[in-house]
Amino acid sequence: MKGYLRADGRKGIRNIVLVTYLVECAHHVARAIVNESANSNVQLIGFPGCYPNEYSLKIMEGLCTHPNVAGVLIVSLGCEGFNREQLANTIKASGRAVDTLVIQKSGGTRKTIEAGVSSVRELLITAEKTELVAMEISELMVGTICGGSDGTSGIGANPAVGHCFDQLVAKDAICIFEETGELIGCEQIMAERAITPELGVEIMKSVEKAEKYYTKMGYGSFAPGNAEGGLTTQEEKSMGAYAKSGSSKIHGLIKPGDIPTQGGLYLMDVVPDGEPMYGFPNIVDSAEIVEMIASGCHLTLFTTGRGSVVGSAVSPVIKVCANPETYDNLADDMDINAGKVIKGEATVAQVGDEIYELVIEVAQGKQSKSEELGHQEFVLTYKKFSGIGPACLPKVR
Amino acid sequence: MINKHFVLLNKTDNVFVCCKRLLSGCSTTLEDVEVSMTTDITVGHKIARQVIVKGEKIIKYGVSIGSAIEDIAFGEHVHMHNMKSDYIASHTRQSRVGE
Repeated sequence: MKGYLRADGRKGIRNIVLVTYLVECAHHVARAIVNESANSNVQLIGFPGCYPNEYSLKIMEGLCTHPNVAGVLIVSLGCEGFNREQLANTIKASGRAVDTLVIQKSGGTRKTIEAGVSSVRELLITAEKTELVAMEISELMVGTICGGSDGTSGIGANPAVGHCFDQLVAKDAICIFEETGELIGCEQIMAERAITPELGVEIMKSVEKAEKYYTKMGYGSFAPGNAEGGLTTQEEKSMGAYAKSGSSKIHGLIKPGDIPTQGGLYLMDVVPDGEPMYGFPNIVDSAEIVEMIASGCHLTLFTTGRGSVVGSAVSPVIKVCANPETYDNLADDMDINAGKVIKGEATVAQVGDEIYELVIEVAQGKQSKSEELGHQEFVLTYKKFSGIGPACLPKVR
Repeated sequence: MINKHFVLLNKTDNVFVCCKRLLSGCSTTLEDVEVSMTTDITVGHKIARQVIVKGEKIIKYGVSIGSAIEDIAFGEHVHMHNMKSDYIASHTRQSRVGE
């Protein structure tokens, strides 16, 4: 396996130039720069709000210094609250190329787009000089998420991803699973897998926090399509979702943007701390994918039953479809047919091995279906977190 | 798989999961007992493996996934109309259920 070596020593599986807008008012200009650049390695991300937010700055820093990213063009309107200086300094400190354009200082829309296109051209030239070096599986970071789940997700796709995760963890890779709100009901069995009892307590607390938060929001993490697909309750959905984690010990509990450094399986606590604020923890699947990428994930395994079609900016998304009817209907969007499990045509382990092989192929440059189709969804909103406690990342192995 | 339409995920479960749709009126044999479907059962949905009385836990994957809110007959569709979460209410596009 080969990876793009960054100045900070991290290795990427893609070589991307990001154009990021720091407020919705700069979105059009940033999008125009990306469109005119007409290169699938030039991708758009951004933040809509005008008020500053520590969480969104941390996530943006994580994305702009991601191992898949070679350089960044920051597009600011000029008067928004986002700390563009800190973002630029963080990118620069990571050794990546960075350029900032402020629309109010650059003569407006047309002139900023022109300057941006030329800046991206330079960033691409710098990116192309990135050295490709040997990369081990142990240097890979893989996330998983489920979206558009149905009654088949927990039978085929999720346990197959779990099987793939077990193999990756055995090779000392870092694997991340998430959405504590979708693990309500699994807290006890999950806590028992923690490498220390203290970490187990933290895991229990994170799920209790999620339950309280979602109760206050008035809705669990449960969409109408889940019910149409045969799921009935949060805990039924949770049990299916939980299977994605496989059977390895849980090595740590992280929050969005925290970057694990040791191989192993990690749970990401995505539910904000303190009194509920800013609304639902994550408004949609893409927001969770973005958080896992900000924590360093090179690629994401996305399981579905109803049939999600999303991909992501920055890191490839691999689609694993549990429902055989959905697979037939949406075959162009699905990378793996885990519907074979429920039809009795393949075992969970066989499909898990298939996912593992595809992870390696995609890491070596093969495009996933969502990449081929040009999916580069991106969502980043307001959230509030306090840091993790000392028991969350035990030193023992 | 117990037949081409249903799977049993764990031997302690009191529901089967549909892996191939079975329309209302069609019958199937579940562990040697024949039963006729009273509603269309599509992939991913559950039917009762035995009589489940009101208040009893629904067991899938070998664990509780909620409670029956009415008596459920053998072979009957187990869904949001006759069971609810023990944690947090679910919702459909039209309404919230299980509160």
